[in-house]
Amino acid sequence: MVYEVFRRERAGQPFAHAGSVSAPDERFAELYAREQYGRRQESVALWLVPRAEIREIAEFPDEFDLKYRRVDGYSIKTRLKEARERAGTATG
Amino acid sequence: MPARPRAELLLELADDELVLGWRNSEWTGIAPFLEEDVAFSSIAQNEIGHARALYELAAAELGTTADELAFDRSPDDYRSAPLVELRRLEWARTIARHWLYETADEIRLAALKAAADPEVAGLAAKMDREEAYHRMHAEMWVDRLLSTEEGRERLDEAIDELWPYALGVLDGGLRAQLRARAEERLGRALPEVEPIERGRHEADLAELWEEMTMVRRSAPAGAQW
Repeated sequence: MVYEVFRRERAGQPFAHAGSVSAPDERFAELYAREQYGRRQESVALWLVPRAEIREIAEFPDEFDLKYRRVDGYSIKTRLKEARERAGTATG
Repeated sequence: MPARPRAELLLELADDELVLGWRNSEWTGIAPFLEEDVAFSSIAQNEIGHARALYELAAAELGTTADELAFDRSPDDYRSAPLVELRRLEWARTIARHWLYETADEIRLAALKAAADPEVAGLAAKMDREEAYHRMHAEMWVDRLLSTEEGRERLDEAIDELWPYALGVLDGGLRAQLRARAEERLGRALPEVEPIERGRHEADLAELWEEMTMVRRSAPAGAQW
């Protein structure tokens, strides 16, 4: 069984993916995770999740190229320039 | 614990932990799989850390240093139990020794935690908090081995071979406890044998000592690192 390990570095911080351990059962997984991700005092807590329990989503269709929905928004630089030229207030 | 000088008692424990830590570290890089390699190496490091703390306590009393006690004695002067000296680079025997030692060590530490000497009792309690994880590791392996026929056979064979050595780790008065615990856990009677006592050494120790003290002996003025 493979377990994905998430660790919290300091109290109050979110858990972040650290890596994984391969172990025959949950008890061994805990022990191995503790040794690999905790013995240097680098974590204050660990989460162990059986890889098989993780649902992965990796398809995000965007057939009509809706740029304005993307996190980086869409560039207004060109449109702003055109608008200024139309209004005669172009600044170059 | 029978009355014997405190330093002698501390050296027995320290030598056991140092030699077993060294033996366990021989699996680093070649343990059956990566996670176990990391875990077993970590256990080896802990044992050597315990040895250092014990040597420091003994050294303060004997007017010497932990390094001198660990590396400058001749192999015959070590007080380690023959169990930890054996070189058995075979996984079933390694797990059998690990489990027998941790079980015996728990009994020994329980006695030391109740000692009148606060330094000894305090150090025993501190070591025991780490040993709890070593025991957990050993018990999980025993569970796994007992869960299949092949595993049980290989564990039984290794335990029978090491049993007289395991008895020799403990003082006479604590051996009945070890037998009772081991027999209950394994669900069978263990052989009636003469314990292999501390004081004589396995030939394997001389070889280990050569390797372990090599760096220090190469710098007679005392290597510093």
